Order: sequence, then structure tokens, then C-alpha cells
Amino acid sequence: MTGIERMTSALVWAMAVIAIIFLLTPLVVTVAVSFGSSAVFTLPPPGWSLRWYERVWTTRGLWASLLTSVQIAGLATAISLVLGTLCAIALVRGRFAGRDAIATFLVSPLMVPGLVVGIAMLQGFKLVGLREAWPSLLVAHVVITMPYVVRTVLASLSLFDFTLIDAARTLGCSYGQALRKVMAPALAPAFLTSGMFAFLASMDNYPVSIFFTDAWTKTLPLQMLQLVEERPDPTIAAISTGLIVLAIVVLIIGDRLVGLRRLADF
Amino acid sequence: MSGARLDRMIWLALPAVAYLAVVYALPLLWLLGRSVTGPDGFTIAQFTAFFADPFSWRVMGNTLRIAFWVTLLSLVIGYPVAIAMARARGLMQVMLLVAMILPLSIGVVVKAFAWQIVLRRDGVISQGLVASGIWAEPQRLLFTEAGLIVGATNVFLPFMILPIYSVVKLIDPRLTEAGATLGASPFYRFRKILLPLTLPGIVSGSAFVFSMAVSMFVIPSLLIGDRFQTLATLTGRSYLLMRNEALGSTTAVILLVIAVSIVVLSTWLSKRVGRSL
Repeated sequence: MTGIERMTSALVWAMAVIAIIFLLTPLVVTVAVSFGSSAVFTLPPPGWSLRWYERVWTTRGLWASLLTSVQIAGLATAISLVLGTLCAIALVRGRFAGRDAIATFLVSPLMVPGLVVGIAMLQGFKLVGLREAWPSLLVAHVVITMPYVVRTVLASLSLFDFTLIDAARTLGCSYGQALRKVMAPALAPAFLTSGMFAFLASMDNYPVSIFFTDAWTKTLPLQMLQLVEERPDPTIAAISTGLIVLAIVVLIIGDRLVGLRRLADF
Repeated sequence: MSGARLDRMIWLALPAVAYLAVVYALPLLWLLGRSVTGPDGFTIAQFTAFFADPFSWRVMGNTLRIAFWVTLLSLVIGYPVAIAMARARGLMQVMLLVAMILPLSIGVVVKAFAWQIVLRRDGVISQGLVASGIWAEPQRLLFTEAGLIVGATNVFLPFMILPIYSVVKLIDPRLTEAGATLGASPFYRFRKILLPLTLPGIVSGSAFVFSMAVSMFVIPSLLIGDRFQTLATLTGRSYLLMRNEALGSTTAVILLVIAVSIVVLSTWLSKRVGRSL
């Protein structure tokens, strides 16, 4: 290795370490603040306490919004998984024209600004008289979650060898059994990864949800934003720490099931 | 399988396509159509009025300037990190993957809130820069453009790193070794081997980050405040606060046009890059 190479190599690793610290900064700050005794976010905190965690239980509207978000995200992801997988099968196996265009169309909500999608839907829903917050949120969130499912399941299906199904049938499986025993396990990682990202995208969505919430039905990000704006105290940090712990648990499960490397396959 | 059976496959695609057509495409077309219709039919009066106002140009400038810096900073940090990620093994690899994926899962409101704390006058950055002697006295980065750029880069950085990483990991390491054996200098090898092979990743990562930075909404409102308007914050405000739907639909259509141009441009660029290889 020459001197320049050693220098670039050192630079690459130094950058990697800096990036790790930079990326994890908001998480570390949030956790540190949540266990601090001070109400004004001093870092490092003057003392440690759990009082912000006690506050979480009594913060009004928080649990309701968490429940709303989980319900919407879960249902929207499930609907997208069903519709998206059916569509992906058609796109991979079908021989009709315009398959590329359909794939691009279904993934396109990722590239259109959420705010624009939200405004367009707000006006569209008004036209057909859909005014209740909860169904509007669900209908809108299927559009948010669909691209994640279509993108990942499509990529995974195009690698799947469909002759395996014929092979399973030759060996005595029924068509349903072949799908269940051969295709479903091969697609399981794609379902899991895309389902996870779709769920998270829905849980975290702000620019679309903001147009469909009302005083009674709020999603978690909107409820948290309201807290940040109205009463900024470490209670928000305590809630966020809970979410971080949840994310770590999900990551560990994801790692056990499909491996971290696959989760980074973009 | 017979041809007729395969053609019937289109029915499986129909539910998803119909759903998105009704719930997503039609409303977008309606929004576009409304922005160019007045009482007397087709008109671009809304846009000429918008662009006649110097304030609008300031808003456009703000939007594109911030998005440009966020993209550039993400690329400068993200490129070496993507290479490190492809080469890393063991603990380093796990740390990089966790640092990439974990922040994606905590939500943008939480991250913006954390950066509010970090960027304060008594925040970690200010304290650190004073302690290292770079700053003479503590300064507030919150509610400045620099603070917004740092916070937004933090949120969008993974979307730069992951596409570049996905092309870097496919590159055969023997290519650069071969270049070295044949006597190519490190810089020449970077310019002739690594850079051309990673360009598709750079293009798609930059397109991702730029379009997300153009349309970000909650990050600016928490990190720089209402005095600094971008196209996205103006769009949101005109619908949610000012109830000025004419202005809001105009800026929404401009945002949409910018987003579509980025997609078209990046697709064209990556095709060109692909051909020049």
C-alpha cells in the first residue's frame, strides 16, 4: 500500500465512525434527556430521574393516538401486502403490455411529495363526501404503504424460480400446497422487510396524515408534534425512548429472521 | 402454462392499480387541472401571479438552496461511508447497519426535536466548538440555515448511503487491484474505476435526498421556524393556517413539477451513465 492509499483508507474509516456518531446523535440525546431530572434539556443532565416516564402514563391523548397509528399502520400494511403481492405476481408472470409502466405507477407515491399527495387526496375525498378522519386516514395510508410492498416483493419474485411450483406439483402437492410450502417461504423475507418498512412509513407519516386528523382522531406523530409545540418537556423524550426500544426489539427480531444485511438492501 | 392463462394474470394486477388510480392518480390530476382553470376555462393566471411576487422567488430560492446543501453534504459524508459499509466486517459492519436502520425507525418529529436540543446555544455542538477553541463564545444554531441543513442531512443521510452501498457491494474488488497491478495511480483508479461504477448509486441517492429535502415540512418548521418559508412549508401553511387554497394549490403543483423533473432527470442521467460505461 502506498501512502496515499493508506490515507484514503484511514479517511474512509474515520468518516464511517463520524457518520455512526452523527446518525445516532438524535437517539442518544433523546434517551439522555428522558432520564434527566431537569425540565430544560440540559446536557449532560444535572441528575437522573424517571419522572418523565411517569408523566407518559398521564399525558392526555397519547395512548389514543398510539392506538390509532398502530391500527392504521397495521391495516394499511396488510391491505398493501395482499393487493401488492397479487399485483407483483401478475407483473412477473403476466405477458401483457405496460407492465413496467404499472410497476412505476405503483412505486411513484414514494417520489411525489407527501404534502402534495395529502392535499390532492383531501380535495378528492371532499368531492366524494368522505369526511370522517379514521377511514380517510386508512384509505390514504394504503397509498403510502403500497410502494414499499410492490418494490420489495417484485424484486424478490423476479428471482423466484416458478418451475419449483410445477416441481412440487409433480411430487404430489396440490396447487395450494405448492404455493404454501414452496413460494410462501421463498417470499417470507420480502414480506417481512417490506411489511416492516411499510408499517414504519405509515407510523411516521406526517405530511399526509396532517390533512385527515381532527380533534378526536390523531396519529402519533401529530400528537407528538402538538406536544413539542405546546409543552416541550422531556415527556416527549421518554415517549421517544420507548419507541427507540421498540425499534431495537424489531431490529433484533428482523436480524434473527432475515439478517441485518438484507434489511439494508434498498 | 398456456398463453390465455398468462393473459388472465392482468386481473391480479387490477385491484392495486384501480385502487391507486382512484385514490391517488385521479386526485393528483384534479389538483393539476384545477391549478390551470379559472372562471373562463384554461388559465395560467395563478402561476403568473405567483411568479410576479418577489416573495415567491425568495421562497423558491430558500427551498432549492437548502435542498442543494443538504444533498451535497449528504454526498460528501455518505460516499466514503457507503464504501466503508461495503468493506466492513464484524462489529464495524453491524454498527454501520444499525446506525443506518435504527434512526429510520424513530420518526422525523422525534429527530427534529432532538436536534432542537443539540443546536441550542447551550447544546452539545456549541459547547464542543467553544471547548475546542473554534468559537469564542456559545452560539445558537437553532433557527439558522446552518442548523436546518445539519438536521435535515442527519435525517436524509441513510437515503444517500444505501443506494451507493447497494452498487459498491456489487463491485468486484479485484478490479481496483488489477488497476493497481497495471500501474494506475490511486486517483486514476478512483476516477476510471470506482467513480464510474458508483455513479448510478450517486445519481439515485442524490435524487432521493434532493426531492425529500425539497418537500420536507416538519423539519424546517421545528428547526428554523415560520420566518423562513420554503415551498413545502408555504403549501402546508396556506392550507392549514391561512385557508388560501389558490396559493396552496399553486405551490403544490410547483412542488410536484420539481419532484417529477428530479425523477425524469435522474432516470435520464443513470441511463446516460449506463451507456458511457
